[in-house]
Amino acid sequence: MTASDTQPIVLKDLRVETLGGTPIVRDIGFSIAPGKVLGLVGESGSGKSTIGKALLGYAAPGLRIAGGRFLVGGTDILGLSEAGRRGARGRLVAYVPQDASSALNPAVPIRRQMIERLRIGADRMSDAQAETRIRETLDSVGLPTGKAFLDRYPGELSGGQLQRVGLTVAIVTHPRLLVLDEPTTALDASNRASVLELVSRLNAELNMSSLYISHDLGVISAVADEVMVLYAGQTVEAAPSAPFFDAPAHPYSQALLTAMPTTRMRKELRGIRGRVPPLAERAAITGCLFAARCDLATPECEREMPPLTPFAAGVVRCLHAGRDRKPAAARPEATPDTAGPALLSVRNLSAHYGAEPVLKDISFDLRPGGCTALVGESGSGKSTLSRCLIGLHEDMQGEVLLDGVPVPRRIRARPTWMHRDMQYIFQDPYGSLHPRRSIGASLAAALRLTAGPDARPAREAVPEVLARVALPPAMADRFPSELSGGERQRVAIARALIGNPRLLICDEVTSALDVSVQASILDLLQSLMREDLAILFVTHDLGVVRSISDRVIVLNQGLIVEEGATARVIGAPSHPYTQSLLSKVLEVA
Amino acid sequence: MSESTPPSRAGYIARIAANRSAQVGMALILLVTAIAFLGPYVAPYTPSEFIGRPYNMAAEGALLGTDNLGRDVWSRVLHGGHDLVWMAAAATLLGLTLGTAIGLAAAYYKGLTDLLLMRLIELKLAFPSIVFALLFVTMFGPGKLLLTVVVGISQAPSVARVMRGVALSVVRQDYVQWARSVGMPSWRILLSEVLPNTTSPLLVEFGLRMMWSISLLAGLSFLGYGIQPPAADWGLMVNENRNALAIQPYAVLTPILLIALFSIGCNIFAEGVTRAIGRTGN
Repeated sequence: MTASDTQPIVLKDLRVETLGGTPIVRDIGFSIAPGKVLGLVGESGSGKSTIGKALLGYAAPGLRIAGGRFLVGGTDILGLSEAGRRGARGRLVAYVPQDASSALNPAVPIRRQMIERLRIGADRMSDAQAETRIRETLDSVGLPTGKAFLDRYPGELSGGQLQRVGLTVAIVTHPRLLVLDEPTTALDASNRASVLELVSRLNAELNMSSLYISHDLGVISAVADEVMVLYAGQTVEAAPSAPFFDAPAHPYSQALLTAMPTTRMRKELRGIRGRVPPLAERAAITGCLFAARCDLATPECEREMPPLTPFAAGVVRCLHAGRDRKPAAARPEATPDTAGPALLSVRNLSAHYGAEPVLKDISFDLRPGGCTALVGESGSGKSTLSRCLIGLHEDMQGEVLLDGVPVPRRIRARPTWMHRDMQYIFQDPYGSLHPRRSIGASLAAALRLTAGPDARPAREAVPEVLARVALPPAMADRFPSELSGGERQRVAIARALIGNPRLLICDEVTSALDVSVQASILDLLQSLMREDLAILFVTHDLGVVRSISDRVIVLNQGLIVEEGATARVIGAPSHPYTQSLLSKVLEVA
Repeated sequence: MSESTPPSRAGYIARIAANRSAQVGMALILLVTAIAFLGPYVAPYTPSEFIGRPYNMAAEGALLGTDNLGRDVWSRVLHGGHDLVWMAAAATLLGLTLGTAIGLAAAYYKGLTDLLLMRLIELKLAFPSIVFALLFVTMFGPGKLLLTVVVGISQAPSVARVMRGVALSVVRQDYVQWARSVGMPSWRILLSEVLPNTTSPLLVEFGLRMMWSISLLAGLSFLGYGIQPPAADWGLMVNENRNALAIQPYAVLTPILLIALFSIGCNIFAEGVTRAIGRTGN
C-alpha cells in the first residue's frame, strides 16, 4: 500500500454552469476516505448527476465545468488536459450508470469489454495478467469465471447479471473512486439488495472510495457511511450517516425524511409545499434557496445565502439548523369496511397475454370510501388486473360487476356511465397528458366524454376540479410542458375526477415522482377518499401501501396469495411471499 | 394571462421559420409558384401564337427566342407552370391524406389491419411510380384529374410507412390509452389524439412528396402522357425542343431550370424542417 492509497479523495468548490454562466451546481465539496461510501441524495433537478459526470471531467452539452479542484491520489483531474482526463477515466475514477444494459456494447462479448480497459495506457497489462485480473474481479462480484460466460454478449445476461458486469467493467482497473449513479433504481428488490451488499464489500476489499448517487434515502441509509444532501445545486447538509438519519439538521433533510413512507406505521406523510426554484429564477434569489418552501424561514433567511457551518457531526447550510424537528406522526389505523354493498365485484377473473396466463381466478370486492392496495413485484399481473378492469386489456374471462351490473369485457360495449364511474390514472405523468392541448382543453374534453345528464358546463367545472386537486384556476391556460411532474399528476387526477367517478384505479401513480411530491399526491388521494370515492391503488411500494390503504391484496404470479386489513398484512404477514417482500424493503433506520 | 401563449406549437413554427434551410427552400418554392401563377397575366404573347421562324434565339420581341414552331419561349414558360404546380400540390395533398390515413390506421388497429395494409403498400412499392402512372394513363388516356389522382396514389405508400412508424410510438402513449379508457370513438382518437402529435414528420413528408410529385408529373409530360399539345407545359416543352438543344438552348434549359428550382426548394425546405425539429429531440 503506497502513501497515496491512504489519502482521501477530495473535491473542492466544484461549479458547473450553463454556457451563459447560470450555475447548475456550485460550491460542491467533499472528502471520501478510502473504503468509504458517500451517499449523494437529491430530488430531480438537484444536480446530482451533473456532479457525478463532472467527476469524470464531463459536462452535458450546453454546460461546462467552470471551477473546482478534484484531487485523486495527488492528481487534480479537473486541472488536466482532455487527454489527461481520458487517461484518468476508468483508471482513477470509474462510473457505473443507472442502466448497465445501455452502457455495454451489445455487439461485443463481455470479455473484450473488460479486457480493453486493461490493455491501454502506460500501465497496460499483458494478456495473461489481464485475464487473471478479470477472473479475480468476476469472482469477487459473484459471477461465473468460465470461458462460456466470458464469451457471452450483453443481451444473453439477466438484468441483475448485467448490473454486476457493469460493476465489474468499472472496478476491473482498481480505480480509486467509483461513481455509482442510481445503479439500483431499475432493479427489483432482490437484485437491489445484493448489488448494495456487493458495493459495500468491494469498497472494503479494494480499499476504494465510492460516491453513491440516489434519490432514495432508504438505499442511501443502507449503503452510505456519510450523506450529502443536495438542493437546487447546492449542498444543504453533509454528515456521517448514523447521526444524519437519527437527527437531520436542515429543514429540507427533515422534510425529506418526513415524506418517506414506512412499513412500520401508518405514517402521516407530509409533502413540501411549492417547487424547486427553476434555474432561471435561482439567480434572482439572494438568500437561502429553500426559504420559500421552509416552515422555519425568517426574514434573515431571504437576505443572504447562509454559509455551510459546522453543526453536530456535520455541516449545514441553515440559520435554523436542528430546530423544530417534528417527529413523524402516525395516523389512526383504518378498518376496512367489509359489510356494506360492494361498488365493484370481481369474480373468478383470469387473463392471458397470448397463450401465457397472467391472472388466475381473481376474486375481490371494492367498497366506497376505501383504498385497496394491489401489491406485487413486476410480472405479478397487478397492472394487467387494473387494465382488465378499465377495459384496456380485453383478453380475459370471468365476471366484473359495477353496482351489480355486469361490466362488458370489451371497452366499446360499455355504456357511458361505466366510463364515468371508473377512471384510470397512469404511472407516468409525462405521457398521460396530450402535449399539444392546454390543461383546460384536456379537462373539458374529459368532461364531454364522460358527462352525465346533470353535467355542468366546462367553464364552471374546470376551475372547480382544479381547486379540488389544489391547483390555481390559471393552470387551465397552461400546457403540460410548462408543468412539473407533481403538477401534471394533479392534472391527471383532476381529469379523472371531472366526471365525478366513484372508483379511481391508480396504477403506480407516485412511483415516477420525487418522495416529497409523492407525499403530497398521497395526501390528495386521501382527502378524496373522505368524499366516498373508492381507490384501487396498484403499487410495488409497501411503505406507500402502509400509509394510504386500509386493505391489501398481495399478488404473486397471477394469484392472490394474501388479502386482508393493511395493518394485519404488513404488520404480521402470514404468507411466505408477503414475508419475503417485506424483508427486502429498505427503510431508514 | 397574456404570457400564456401555447409554447409547443408556436415554438415549433418559430424554430422552423428561424432555420436557414427552411427559409431558402420556402423562398424557392414561392418564387417558382409566383412565376407559374402570375406568369399568364404578364406574358407578352399567348402560348400558341406564332411570332417568327422556329428555333430563333434572336427573334425580335422574344426574350428567350422562339421554339420548334416559332412560338415565344418566354410566353410559353410563363404559361406552362400553373398546371404543373397545382397538380403537384393537389397530388401531394392527396398522397399525404391517403398515406396518413393508412399509416395511422395500421398503427392504431395493429394485427390483421396492419398486416393487410402494409402488404398492400409493399405491393405498390414494388412498381416504380412512373410505371404505375403509365399503366393508368395508357388505360384511360391522359387527363389532368386522372394524372393528379394517379400521382397522388403513387405517393401514398411512402407516406403511410413513415406515418405508421411515427404513430406507433404515439399510440403507445398514455394519453391515447386514456382516451380509449373513457370510450372515445376510434376515429376521434386518431384525429384528435394521434394526428396532432405527428405533424412534424408530416411537414417533412410534405416537402419530399412535393418534390417527387413535380418530378413525376414533369416526367410524364416529357414522355407525352401529361398535358397535351398545343398547351404550354414545362415538361412538354423540354420534349418538344430537345432536338435543338445546341441551336436554341433557352427553350429547353429554362423549363428545366424552373422544375429543378422547385424540386430543390422542396427538398431544402424538408431538410430545414427536419433540422429545426430534430434540435429539440422531439
